[in-house]
Amino acid sequence: MTLQDLRIAVLTRAPRPNVWDLVALILVVGAMVLIVYGGEQTTLPLSALEVTPVSLDPANLPLYALRTTLRMLLAIVCSTVFTFIYAAVAAKSRRAEMVLIPLLDILQSVPILGFLTFTVVFFLNLFPGQVLGAELACVFAIFTSQAWNMTFSMYQSIRNVPKDLEEASRSFHLSGWQRFWRLDVPFAMPGLIWNAMMSMSGGWFFVVASEAITVGNTTVTLPGVGSYVATAIEKRDLGAIGYALLTMLLVIIAYDQLLFRPIVAWADKFRFEQTASGDAPTSWMLDLFRRTRALRALTLPFAALNRAFSNLNIEWPKALRPSDKPGAAPSRIIDALWFALIGLSTGYAAYKAYVYLSANLQPSDVYQAVLGGLATLLRVVVLIALATLIWVPIGVWIGLRPKLAERVQPLAQFLAAFPANLAFPVFVLLIVRHSLSANIWLSPLMILGTQWYILFNVIAGASAFPSDLREAAASLHLSGWRWWVKVILPGIFPYYVTGAITASGGSWNASIVAEVASWGDTHLSATGLGAYIAKATEDGDFPRVVLGIAVMCVMVTLFNRLFWRPLYAFGERRLRLG
Amino acid sequence: MLDPTKPPATLIDLRGVSRSFPKGSGEDLLVLDKVDLTIRSGEIVGLLGRSGSGKSTLLRIIAGLIAPSSGAATCRGEMIQGPPNGVAMVFQSFALFPWLTVLQNVELGLEALGIDAAERRKRAIAAIDLIGLDGFESAYPKELSGGMRQRVGFARALVVHPDLLLMDEPFSALDVLTAETLRTDLVDLWTDGRLPIKSVLMVTHNIEEAVLMCDRILVFSSNPGRVAAEFKVDLPHPRNRLDATFRQLVDTLYERMTQRPIKPPTMENIQANAGVGMVLDHVSSNVLSGLIETLANEPYNGRADLPVLAGQLQLEADEILHLGESLQLLHFAQFKDGDLVLTEAGNRFAHLETDARKKLFAEHLVTYVPVMGLIKRVLDERPSHTAPAARFRNELEDYMSEEYADETLKTIVSWGRYAELFAYDEQSETFSLENPGVDEGHG
Repeated sequence: MTLQDLRIAVLTRAPRPNVWDLVALILVVGAMVLIVYGGEQTTLPLSALEVTPVSLDPANLPLYALRTTLRMLLAIVCSTVFTFIYAAVAAKSRRAEMVLIPLLDILQSVPILGFLTFTVVFFLNLFPGQVLGAELACVFAIFTSQAWNMTFSMYQSIRNVPKDLEEASRSFHLSGWQRFWRLDVPFAMPGLIWNAMMSMSGGWFFVVASEAITVGNTTVTLPGVGSYVATAIEKRDLGAIGYALLTMLLVIIAYDQLLFRPIVAWADKFRFEQTASGDAPTSWMLDLFRRTRALRALTLPFAALNRAFSNLNIEWPKALRPSDKPGAAPSRIIDALWFALIGLSTGYAAYKAYVYLSANLQPSDVYQAVLGGLATLLRVVVLIALATLIWVPIGVWIGLRPKLAERVQPLAQFLAAFPANLAFPVFVLLIVRHSLSANIWLSPLMILGTQWYILFNVIAGASAFPSDLREAAASLHLSGWRWWVKVILPGIFPYYVTGAITASGGSWNASIVAEVASWGDTHLSATGLGAYIAKATEDGDFPRVVLGIAVMCVMVTLFNRLFWRPLYAFGERRLRLG
Repeated sequence: MLDPTKPPATLIDLRGVSRSFPKGSGEDLLVLDKVDLTIRSGEIVGLLGRSGSGKSTLLRIIAGLIAPSSGAATCRGEMIQGPPNGVAMVFQSFALFPWLTVLQNVELGLEALGIDAAERRKRAIAAIDLIGLDGFESAYPKELSGGMRQRVGFARALVVHPDLLLMDEPFSALDVLTAETLRTDLVDLWTDGRLPIKSVLMVTHNIEEAVLMCDRILVFSSNPGRVAAEFKVDLPHPRNRLDATFRQLVDTLYERMTQRPIKPPTMENIQANAGVGMVLDHVSSNVLSGLIETLANEPYNGRADLPVLAGQLQLEADEILHLGESLQLLHFAQFKDGDLVLTEAGNRFAHLETDARKKLFAEHLVTYVPVMGLIKRVLDERPSHTAPAARFRNELEDYMSEEYADETLKTIVSWGRYAELFAYDEQSETFSLENPGVDEGHG
């Protein structure tokens, strides 16, 4: 259904090219050339990386940026495909749902950089001697940072498809396939796109972190902005880091303007509302394409193909079709078999994990990892508290001034997308120069990139605060402390919690790169689970990597379940306005 | 519409159709009980009933959207399994796809049938023209008014040329004027024979609407849903609402709907039948007070003709019956021959001050609403004077579905608070006797 909405207008106009066509054509051809060029590089043998090591010449940066961007693109495509399949299966099959959804919940809290340790080895073995293996490992790392929340969003949307539309599509004999593309996917679209944007923001961090990685004896340095910075750190070249920051800035702006804004503007029509409301998002890029005639004619075959694709008359397999027969209770026998299968696989996996870990680890290792985990937990809590103290008042102040909020909001979102790890060297340099304590002063790096989630969510909350409530508070002469506690803080609370959850999750992830840092030969390391995992990765010590990841996974899950979720539920139940 | 020489063909035939839904406590809740229904070619049939009478369930069984628990449902002689061919539906909420234009929405049903693009376009345009939507083809639903959106709903259903058009309260989400225009447009098209359909089955709780449009009206009784009565409407179209026969029929239907065969409206019967497991519809105490005052004052002076009262208050039949029943339950008024009559207590209530009203209300609650009496007793007996809502919810769910239990609980809380019988803490979900005016400490 992607392009079919353009169809009618296209048919009624003469396909005479106009000036917009030229502009758009150049953009399209340029993009294609770049993709092909970037793709060619990945089929080179791995030794080519050693022949042409990453150079600090700024002239190479555009090309490096291109490679980094392509990895991101590929990862988001993979994430989308994964999302469609996984979410559809989980939403349509009760038995699959029992396993898939908790699995997704756990996967969400696995530290992404931890994955890298295994996947680098796996993919390098899959394509021995080729750059492709290393590329795929990197793409996979980004994928793991993007896919889960997108899948969750899609699953929830499919489960919440309005009943009347569901009945209408059945009543009009839409097949399962048609229903998926005509109803489920469009309905899920706004949430999916929002989550994809969030994922992309997070993804930059991981693409940069995973381009230059050492696992035991294997060191892979894929050409890209991340490895450029890694080389700059090694060579203590502050100027090169400046260039890299500038490049990233431009790349993210371009990505936002050329890809996401058009998609958001286009997807506005999928918003499920029966009345037109507010300002629709706009995009000059989308307008450009909508003004071109020949280009739109070019899209016609795609639109037709797409129609044919989404109109295929395929029914879901019977197992995936919900039964509406009141008597047809789900088969107990199949359920029992299914549970037995799940139980067996879980038992086997637990046994294997136990054997593997107990052969290589002592109880003291567990103790050490948990201790590190507690240190990292302390950091996360303190940092979130500090960020809250700083950004909530500022966010409220900005959010209540619409003109200012309009200008600051994109900036905050941009800062959230900017891979903060590129800026780490600047901080490390300061710590080294002034010989500050690594345990304390490395900590802020964890929240450097994620604090902005708190800021822009608070701004959004304060902007959405109803003006009649503000006026009521003013007319009751509420001010000072009372105004904060009784009026604005409850008002922005649900927004704040949303931002803080993201910030907290991101900080855990960032700890793996933030608790260890280096500048040339100077290596800094803080005590914590992140440093523990980072060190084990560098040593190629797989049992300890597994242990570290497992401990972090458990801590993040518990932290979310016992702290954030109750807060979130409370905010949604009691403090959601409107 | 049809060749008058041939006897009209049977489109839909239901024999002994029942349907139950699982309820909280595990037992099933019967919503439709052994319904027989035949729909023949060339008629508009109306299913008239209160909300919750199972008429929408019946419509969905015919639409093949849900299966009956027992009994046989056939469409043109074939068992209904899944949506049958030749049956299209119009939804109360329009059920338009907001991401498709008017034209795309209308074409949707044809695409599913695999009709080729050119034919599809032709038929869609024809349906759009027929229903008066020309010019709106490329608009998105959110750009349209409610009336226009429901026209899209009609066009989408008509374009597949169904034998039977099902309508689920199609006008109830529209404002009065828009609904009237749409009704008359539809009846005009029908009487001119311009609709590509053979029959219509519409579900409604609007009595006048049923009399205005239908050839045959089936009155549904509630809990469980049964066909309580059938009326033929022989008035020629276009019908005049002020016509004496029309008014007479409306009055008769009101009367028929206020006397229910399962629960005859005498006070003793309600008491005897329901007990603690009575479903309480949530009606605000403000509305009840307002209605009592209206009844007590001029021009009604304690007795009001239901259609007249509904007209003055701009309420639908279903809503006025709803309110009347709550008053009847509380012994402030009762139904008599299609009228709503204030009781002595109701009259007294109308002339009391706020605090005295609350007191009287509380007395009636404890005396006439068994579950209220139960809660009050439990709270009085317990040393802590508190009780979790779950305790009563469980008891309610023995008799009704979770949904109704929620609704009943909501009513209990709201009435109990108004009457100052007890306090309720939403967060901990507990009832208590503590006076919320005294303890301001938390919350």
